[in-house]
Amino acid sequence: MTWELVVLLGWGAVMTAALSIVSITVGLAIGVLICAASLSRVAPLKWFGRVYVSFFRGVPLLVLLLLIYHVLPQLGLDVPGVVAALIGLTLCTSAYQAETLRGGFVNVAPGLMEAGRMVGLNARQILLRIRAPIALRLTLPALVNEAIMILKASSLVSVVGVGDLTRTAQNLASSTFLPLEMFAVAGAYYLLLNIVVGYGGSGLGRLLGLRPA
Amino acid sequence: MSDTLAITLRGVVKRYGSNTVLRGIDLDIRHGEVTCLIGPSGSGKSTLLRCMAFLEEHDAGLIRVAGDPLGFDAARNRLPQTEIARVRRNIGMVFQQFNLWPHMTALGNVAEGLRQVLRLPKRQAQERAMAHLTRVGLADRASYYPSQLSGGQQQRVAIARALAMDPKIVLFDEPTSSLDPELTGEVLNVMRSLADDGMTMVVVTHEIGFAAHVAQHLVFLDEGQVALEGRAGDVFAQPWHPRLRQFLETYLDRGASVLLG
Repeated sequence: MTWELVVLLGWGAVMTAALSIVSITVGLAIGVLICAASLSRVAPLKWFGRVYVSFFRGVPLLVLLLLIYHVLPQLGLDVPGVVAALIGLTLCTSAYQAETLRGGFVNVAPGLMEAGRMVGLNARQILLRIRAPIALRLTLPALVNEAIMILKASSLVSVVGVGDLTRTAQNLASSTFLPLEMFAVAGAYYLLLNIVVGYGGSGLGRLLGLRPA
Repeated sequence: MSDTLAITLRGVVKRYGSNTVLRGIDLDIRHGEVTCLIGPSGSGKSTLLRCMAFLEEHDAGLIRVAGDPLGFDAARNRLPQTEIARVRRNIGMVFQQFNLWPHMTALGNVAEGLRQVLRLPKRQAQERAMAHLTRVGLADRASYYPSQLSGGQQQRVAIARALAMDPKIVLFDEPTSSLDPELTGEVLNVMRSLADDGMTMVVVTHEIGFAAHVAQHLVFLDEGQVALEGRAGDVFAQPWHPRLRQFLETYLDRGASVLLG
């Protein structure tokens, strides 16, 4: 076990972090739209939101990744494994985040919105000033949880040939015959990344002025 | 102003499915008076109050606030949202559960309407909000979040929030019902001082003592109808009314026995 190997694994960790950051943020943006669709009074939109969530939440991420990896070339899209991995992770997490956000929105006490109507706020102000910030406050811990889940689940992208942390550890394990050391270091990297996510989440909470209930 | 009525209700009906909660309410709320709505639970008093704010939409009848129809006109056409909001501006509301916004400080709660609805500059809004917090005795709690305040303090902030919008009428929906007994006094004192200042108030309450001492106008609701109505002294002087007597007897252990002589 040399520092060289630790650095090589570090590059795998960078790939894992990059995949996770992109899929979490893009997934959040899509998740907001899907959440809005699910809460919409327009039946087709509501229906679309529901189907989207149940599909991407219902299909295992591993199957989803393999499906995308093999389907895209059939459609004439010859994309590298990284792109297939990003699409799979993003679609998966967007469904979970949409559902988490929806739960936050429906759990904002109706009385808080009524209080808004009684001081004269209009529907848009009630959404932006009251409902959304409170829903975000309710869901931030769950969203941080989701970020950690995706970071760990991203280890599955090794099946589509992406050199993430797990894949790098596997490769190095077979070439150095040091599997125990390699996977121990990989585990430590995952742990480190997730600690950063956890602290980042609480920092974000403070930044947004969110307080515990 | 004193000769026009603050709120008038004519034949107001409210149903939830097959359950008729309000069975044709006629009621006048006069300016400068404290009206207390009392009655057994399920008598429809909270529903009636919420109808006066159009938080519940009445199924029939006409409600006027300061002369203007609320929600529906006399021909039962639904009024546009902007008109509903305009008429509602006459009314402030204080809720049983306080309903303070948890992500804003006490000052932020009171200033929100001033900033977003009246569009006051930040500084001016905060000064005015501060004045209202001072009025309810909470100037030193301005930077506290609702979760850091006691129930009584939260309800006083909620009263300040309602008053900040300068309403003509304030509706109170069981304002002390979710408070510990030792905290009801501070809220009732604020309400009493408001009444002394001549604010028009409609109060749904179980505080019979407050109703007896502060209300000019007492309304006893029973099964969705006005069973008895009049000056507070007159109503409490009629404990021969069987339903009222029955109702008041449940309050004997809460000190209402004095009223029964």
